[in-house]
Amino acid sequence: MNEQSESVIVEHPHEPLSLNKYIVGFVLSIGITLGAYLLATHQSYSKNFIMIMLAVLAVVQFVVQMVFFLHVGAERKPRWKLFVMLMMLAVVLILVFGSVWIMDNLDYRMTTDQVQTYLKSQDSL
Amino acid sequence: MSDTAVVLSESEEVKNTEKTVFGFWVYLMTDCVLFASLFAVYSVLHANTFGGEGGQQLFDLPYVLGETMLLLTSSFTCGLALLAAQRRNKQQVLFWLGVTAALGLSFLAMELSEFRHLVAEGNSWRRSGFLSSYFTLVGTHGLHITFGLIWMITMMFYVAKKGFTNAVSKRLMLLSLFWHFLDVVWIFIFTIVYLFGARGI
Repeated sequence: MNEQSESVIVEHPHEPLSLNKYIVGFVLSIGITLGAYLLATHQSYSKNFIMIMLAVLAVVQFVVQMVFFLHVGAERKPRWKLFVMLMMLAVVLILVFGSVWIMDNLDYRMTTDQVQTYLKSQDSL
Repeated sequence: MSDTAVVLSESEEVKNTEKTVFGFWVYLMTDCVLFASLFAVYSVLHANTFGGEGGQQLFDLPYVLGETMLLLTSSFTCGLALLAAQRRNKQQVLFWLGVTAALGLSFLAMELSEFRHLVAEGNSWRRSGFLSSYFTLVGTHGLHITFGLIWMITMMFYVAKKGFTNAVSKRLMLLSLFWHFLDVVWIFIFTIVYLFGARGI
């Protein structure tokens, strides 16, 4: 019975988990985190440069974690896990960048006086 | 093993496991959307400190780097536990799950101590929009970690008592997915809240 149910444990039976993959993922994730930390604490770079580089490192870190720890891409066709993940990414990007965009726009279009008048008109505030 | 499980052929069991993993994966992805909405709120409110101190003054980066290292290492040891489960080595599974839980608990303890420190200095969630969104975002992640730890300790009892039935193995797999997922969310909290915050971006 033990032999028979051996294959049930793995997430994608055709590709068993490997120690090497976990070690590579671990080393990469630690390296990227330290890199991001050193970059952020480095005083001589401009804010914009640091922001872009940190964002890039976060995306790389995301890919590393997804591939090495969450085994994205290890499944057989049809790759539903991958499709659900891409859908999630689309929703997340629209949600976050859409919110920031709209709120920045409102902030830009409304003067402080207008905000004060509006707040005063709301008695409960 | 129950009667129905015996009736199922091996390939059917594999299919069932794949279905369960996929269902759990869909849950994780929707959880990402929950975190995305909290990230959006934080991004909008992070400059609204209401005259109080901002992230640049409040965050202690070396401390947070320590937290991050604990969580990344716990993610790795969780993977080692799953590998040991694949070899059906009970002692090793219990050992690595124990290490993972200990690292997770240390992370949680560090986070709570950070929160207590902030609140003690008058920088609680009631202070400003920035701090409300900060505590909501980081606190929600901490809550997930708490539930993950409860799940992990429960699983240790299961493995110790029942060994590797198919149900136990399947749950271990889901637990490891959950734990790695929390690691991914933390990476974005670390970058967007702490690293960006410390540079005043």
